[in-house]
Amino acid sequence: MKISDVSLARREFLKGGALVIGFSLTGLPLALAQATDARTPHTLNLDEVDAFLAVRKDGSVIVYSGKVDLGTGHRIAMRQIVAEELSIDPARIDLIEGDTALTPNQGPTAGSTGVMRGGMQLRQAAATAREALLARAAAHLQTGASELIFSDGYVGTATARVAIAELVGDRAFGVRMNPKAPLKNPAQYSVVGRSLPRPDLPGKFTGRHTYVHDFTLPGMLHGRPLRPPAVAARLLEVDAASIAHLPGVQVVRIKDFLGVVASDEWAAVRAARELKARWSAGSGLIGHDNLALWARRGPFVKDEIVVSKGDTSDLANDPRQFAASYQWPIQSHASLGPSCAVADVRADSAMIWSASQATHRYQPAYAQMLGLPLEKVRLIYLDGSGCYGMNGHDDAAADAALLSKAVGKPVRVQWMRQDELGWDPKGPPQLLALRAALDAQGHIDAWEAEMWVPLATANLEHVPLLAPSDAGIAQPAGQMVGLVTQNADPPYRAARVKVTAHWLEPAPLRPSNIRAPGKVANCFAVEAFIDELAVAAKIDPLEFRRRDLTDPRGIEVLDRCAALIGWKPAEAMRRRTGAMARGRGIAYVHYKHNETYVAMAMDVEVVKKSGEIRVKRVACAHDCGLMINPGAVRNQVEGNILQALSRSLFEETTFDSQRVTSVDWGSYRILRFPEAPELLIDLIQRTGEPPLGAGEAASSPVAAALANAVYDAVGVRLRTAPFSAERVLAALRATA
Amino acid sequence: MFKLNVNGKVHQVDVETDMPLLWVLRDHIGLPGTKYGCGIAVCGACTVHVDGAAVRSCSVPVSAVVGKKVLTIEGLGQGGLHKLQASWIAQQVPQCGYCQSGMLMAAAALLKEKPRPTDADIDQAMTNLCRCGTYARVRAAIHAAADIADTATGVKRSAS
Ligand code: FES
Ligand code: FES
Repeated sequence: MKISDVSLARREFLKGGALVIGFSLTGLPLALAQATDARTPHTLNLDEVDAFLAVRKDGSVIVYSGKVDLGTGHRIAMRQIVAEELSIDPARIDLIEGDTALTPNQGPTAGSTGVMRGGMQLRQAAATAREALLARAAAHLQTGASELIFSDGYVGTATARVAIAELVGDRAFGVRMNPKAPLKNPAQYSVVGRSLPRPDLPGKFTGRHTYVHDFTLPGMLHGRPLRPPAVAARLLEVDAASIAHLPGVQVVRIKDFLGVVASDEWAAVRAARELKARWSAGSGLIGHDNLALWARRGPFVKDEIVVSKGDTSDLANDPRQFAASYQWPIQSHASLGPSCAVADVRADSAMIWSASQATHRYQPAYAQMLGLPLEKVRLIYLDGSGCYGMNGHDDAAADAALLSKAVGKPVRVQWMRQDELGWDPKGPPQLLALRAALDAQGHIDAWEAEMWVPLATANLEHVPLLAPSDAGIAQPAGQMVGLVTQNADPPYRAARVKVTAHWLEPAPLRPSNIRAPGKVANCFAVEAFIDELAVAAKIDPLEFRRRDLTDPRGIEVLDRCAALIGWKPAEAMRRRTGAMARGRGIAYVHYKHNETYVAMAMDVEVVKKSGEIRVKRVACAHDCGLMINPGAVRNQVEGNILQALSRSLFEETTFDSQRVTSVDWGSYRILRFPEAPELLIDLIQRTGEPPLGAGEAASSPVAAALANAVYDAVGVRLRTAPFSAERVLAALRATA
Repeated sequence: MFKLNVNGKVHQVDVETDMPLLWVLRDHIGLPGTKYGCGIAVCGACTVHVDGAAVRSCSVPVSAVVGKKVLTIEGLGQGGLHKLQASWIAQQVPQCGYCQSGMLMAAAALLKEKPRPTDADIDQAMTNLCRCGTYARVRAAIHAAADIADTATGVKRSAS
């Protein structure tokens, strides 16, 4: 650790999160007080440097980031980006995130866009600020701007300098964003590209970091929603007397919305458990066992050709044709800490503290729900339990807001475990059918992918929330699923390609974006099918990919990954005899065909008697362009691998005709400690390239690499996730 | 009214007999570092020490810890940093971090029993769940901490 690294860590450690959550004497949250001490009023206009940056009189800098740190390291990366362009110590930067009153609306922190888009906006703001400061310093020092050098909060020459704080401290820049403001030459980077420690971590190891779960307000009460026992059930009757023995509990009912509020959290938990209510039956669900049937039968909204190159119409009758179908289940974000929020709703205004990845997006939703003008509703981001897409945080915030409005006090709501697994919006189901023909040399001649997926509603403002829908309050109708069609065409040279989406609506359970939306299943199908084609062509799977890849960055990750794991032609790895079979598989993705490059290989063992898969080693080569903080990227890559292994091996939201039945860690099983394999990771730093995002890409090739390794071990193709021991065993028996 | 010894301090709490220790710590003693994850002793987010042993505070009623010594994440370093905390910083272990106080308390109990745990020891002791996928780093950080010599007051230096 360098000195500045340590001091940054210590500063944050001492503050213990007080920056965002403390209250100043005036009753304003400290962050606001600090912001307004820099300059008022504060613009949120994305075209203004002032929306992103402020310099205090003491030379410290405030960065206003609409993108938030979801446990991803943005908190340090964003500081590094600004520190680099302004040549200041990152420890001199305070960061305010996801506050609708203070931070510009940079869009949700989703789709791996945090650094790629949000960070780059900040960089441009800092570069524009630098340009303006240069001009001002030149005037101030009466010298040419080209002579001037930025260093440690000053601008000047060897003989004369002026502090940035003197030029702009506590005042607005008043400068419009210049998209062409010159950027620092990457060759001169001294802060970007270093694995500076994340400032929020020490507090997370000492219990002193304030998660939204830990945030309290004076007079705050604890609430719990009571979700119906069946999806879309109506509330018929509430027996308030059933909790008369619990003193001080209030029951809140608004149409079909039911909740309890108490001064003590345990009382709220008990009340929610013990309150008796009568509900109607639900609307009737198809059940998880019928997902494939539902996908094939519809009803369909429309078909859409999403990729088309050449004419593939003769493929269906091509005698050289290979075909296979792949299925991905509905999955939960399954956050370890159930979702939580605190709301303080007054007659004329509301404040909501939420771990939302999209505070700006949901501000209008709460304004509408509470009947308040938009500008009277303020959302402030606080850390939550990791969410990997839209989990239950926004719903918990709606619950808290409705309850707070009803009882006239600030209310904190934390969902219970069964709420989270049962009611978080789910990753949608996906079904894919692939067809391909190879030419005489084993190259892809024609490729068709058909997918059956729920259609995202066009221009939908946000995912419909549970509380307003239960309470009968109008909100936009429809569904969000993320960009689920990408990466269903092969990244390799193919003469003719067609990808068709059969759009279904609505999804069986309320959907939302889940990490690497669509791409996890699409890449599973594509890369597992590629493996089938390679085997059919009797070409080593690595070579099969490599020889038809034209992008040198793609070739490089494949080569590096092969070197990491010590790739040998697959035949050499097979141990098909004996009780324990061993195998190795590989997969590759160029995320969305224009972002991060990932190659992944893994070694597995399959216990033939039980069908259990044991993942021993995973090798991953990863190129996400410029890495602002390689340490944080590595964390994301590791997290992607382990979480996607969990999703591939175990995870499936099960439901019957009434309700979700996988509502605890037994019925919704996730990866456990001993199941985590050894990880070999090679991150490629490309200082001269734009950053491409690391939050999702490495999730995509995991299932395929795993399925391919299992095939290598036991000669069985897994085409339906998750690859549970029962499923593997059944497949083994079927081929025996 | 219960008298509880938490992190070396005695607290009087006026709560129901069956209130789980977790809620007592979070809401009545003001120690929110211990987290709720499942409420049924499965995930380990709520792990604390009771008389030195790792227990899941969501499933222990307050009445069961009277007269015993409770240690939470806030008290683990005894004013400084426990060597595991130092190691966690050096290894930059977490992603969201929600599970980590439980991980640390479980690891601390393990190191007490086995100052130099093997991978198998770690697999057996660390039954905590992490959704973000930090298991590999937690393992590395435990090993790194085990390599740091113990001192009476807890290690205050970084492991790097
Ligand atoms: S909350 Fe106690 S073990 Fe999960
Ligand atoms: S770090 Fe997020 S749950 Fe473990």
